[in-house]
Amino acid sequence: MRGADIVVRSLIAEQAEIIFGYPGGAIMPVYDALYDYHDQIKHVLTRHEQGAIHAAQGYARISGKVGVCLATSGPGATNLITGLADAQIDSTPLVCITGQVAAHLLGTDAFQETDVMGISMPATKWNIQVRHAKDIAPAIAKAFFIARSGRPGAVLIDITKNAQVELEEFNYSPCQEFRSYKIHHPVDLPAIQEAAALINSASRPYLLFGQGVVLGKAEAELKFFLDKSGIPAASTLLGSGALSQEHPNYVGKLGMHGNYAPNLLTNQCDVLIAVGMRFDDRVTGDLSRYAKQAKVIHLELDPSEINKNVKADVAVLGDCKESLATLTEAITGKKHEAWMAKFRALEQQEKEAVVQHDLTPTKAGLTMGEVIHQINQYKADDAVLVTDVGQHQMIAWRYFNYKKTRTQVTSGGLGTMGFALPAALGAQLHDYSRQVICVVGDGGIQMTIQELGTIMQTKAPVKIVLLNNNYLGMVRQWQQMFFDKRYSFTELDNPDFIKLADAYGIKAQKVDERSSLQEAIEDMLIHDGPFFLEVVVEKEDNVFPMIATGCSVEEVRLH
Amino acid sequence: MKRYTIFVITENFIGILNRITIIFTRRGINIDALTASESRIPGVHRITIEVTVTEETVIQLVNQIEKIIDVIKAFHHEDSGVVYQELALYKIPVSRLDGGLEKIIRDHHAKIIAAEPDFVVLELTGHKEKTRELLELLKDYGILEFARSGRVAVAKRMLTIDSFVN
Ligand SMILES: Cc1ncc(C[n+]2csc(CCOP(=O)(O)OP(=O)(O)O)c2C)c(N)n1
Ligand SMILES: [Mg+2]
Repeated sequence: MRGADIVVRSLIAEQAEIIFGYPGGAIMPVYDALYDYHDQIKHVLTRHEQGAIHAAQGYARISGKVGVCLATSGPGATNLITGLADAQIDSTPLVCITGQVAAHLLGTDAFQETDVMGISMPATKWNIQVRHAKDIAPAIAKAFFIARSGRPGAVLIDITKNAQVELEEFNYSPCQEFRSYKIHHPVDLPAIQEAAALINSASRPYLLFGQGVVLGKAEAELKFFLDKSGIPAASTLLGSGALSQEHPNYVGKLGMHGNYAPNLLTNQCDVLIAVGMRFDDRVTGDLSRYAKQAKVIHLELDPSEINKNVKADVAVLGDCKESLATLTEAITGKKHEAWMAKFRALEQQEKEAVVQHDLTPTKAGLTMGEVIHQINQYKADDAVLVTDVGQHQMIAWRYFNYKKTRTQVTSGGLGTMGFALPAALGAQLHDYSRQVICVVGDGGIQMTIQELGTIMQTKAPVKIVLLNNNYLGMVRQWQQMFFDKRYSFTELDNPDFIKLADAYGIKAQKVDERSSLQEAIEDMLIHDGPFFLEVVVEKEDNVFPMIATGCSVEEVRLH
Repeated sequence: MKRYTIFVITENFIGILNRITIIFTRRGINIDALTASESRIPGVHRITIEVTVTEETVIQLVNQIEKIIDVIKAFHHEDSGVVYQELALYKIPVSRLDGGLEKIIRDHHAKIIAAEPDFVVLELTGHKEKTRELLELLKDYGILEFARSGRVAVAKRMLTIDSFVN
């Protein structure tokens, strides 16, 4: 069969259900092959390759499967780069296939030729160029294996056009291992013993969990560990959902706009247990003043993360599903009531200083917080929250009530504006019956707003909540706080979003006063189909608490 | 900051060197010297990188190099942990030769490996300090060209490449 057919048959063999893509000259043979297999594998035509790759990311984050993306050479491939970088830094499993000019034209500046291998290298876990049909199936097998195993990431396969039309036998064998790729690190028992000894003698132990818990499917192990140890636990941005927020040990969120107590008390604990998180600078603030008093235990799969930002006194390399379970056995059961009470007392301070303002404002203008608060009242327990980047992202994260794992999709490491709308589409296409709520800003939505067209065409019932402050709000907040209120190029003249949604045949409503908010959210969530809800919010509200750049976690500000 | 030798044992795939150097360029670290060659196992390459950084940095660099999918193994040593050698070539115009050169060649155990009507080429193997010393002396003879290789090195530790590859 043709190389192009091998591409599609290989994807089917990997149990890919859906491809997000956009055609063009150098990938046309593969599109031609897709025509024959449309009953075995779905393809979604987005409106831009960036939309395709973010959709594949949203799909991958919710399903736990590898997201698949298809694009043509040159501009098609370069349009994927933001998504590759985003997926790579957030450990999202992706396989992207790009068409390439015929092998004999490589390096000659042929039409729509670009050095995709070179451009994508720093943004991928692995990439490969395939120039012969015989190499296609092994490359795809290896790509899927690499994308989903170990610390997941983004993989790119560049296939020259001649390889797509060459004839070759198809026989597929999945890849299970190869010599240069070591992913299994058996649990280090002496390290576990050392960690357990530290934990058993600690009086103020504190646990931080990140997305590694979700990627390692270790949610239950985390819960058992916390149940037994009585240790307070806080979440990173991408860790949210790994533990129900209703768990008694849950104390809140970490980082620049996280909660007050979890940040402040990082510098008061005596043992800090980090699970599947990488001490991002948005979590640690000034590293030289981060948890210096504590013994640090780091449970991590990726050896290059250990001692990268924070030096570990005990490093437990390996899959946290195993290491957490073994550690749970090795510790003695405890309660840490006095220590926990410290978190609760500071939480109360945050409530009075910040949460009240956000959720029960006295001013006429709507706050972003009360919108999320209303969503909480009506959402399903397993509703997925997809957010873009900015103030609305931080507020939605702060107030959304996470109860289940894999309910959070956002661009964490890269902070990519324009991520949310296509990612929500991808998440929704994994499961039409799941509530997918896309909270997005007026700036970010306009970066990928063309994907309303894809939502129209697929009828994906995404609930889009646009929090419109007519500003690049997060940047404006920084201008207000750190640049003397010099609002340089952050105010937006926006289009009539309702008319726009209308033009795409998406049911839309605009809310600009408190009295109609609740009903609008209820209507949106019960609506059978996509819905666009624009909420006009206070223009110059700020997100607090905040750890300003260069400050220490204990300098977290309430206002 | 110290001088380290990083050894990388890798599959011989296109682009691997690029992936390795990206790790250095991202951090703004200059590679002092780099050599690559096939190892004694076919298909397995050996890259030797010389770099001057802190110990903390070299450990992170090695971890990140080893994370590259097609890298089989990466490790590092201080100068005391390796036996290494470098090779230098010096091209000197014939017009400037005099009796003094013989002594220099003898004293440094250098070799004349080519003699052409217009120039001769000397070769010296040895550590950078030694090849640099000769360079200084030869300056009086109007050096036309000078080239020095990166270090070729083996670790003193008794471990063979097979233990990583299999
Ligand atoms: C692609 C991209 N460009 C620029 C930025 C920098 N940035 C971060 S937040 C932000 C403002 C976002 O504005 P909006 O989408 O309206 O959200 P808001 O903060 O108002 O809620 C900007 C410009 C970014 N994160 N991503
Ligand atoms: Mg805005």
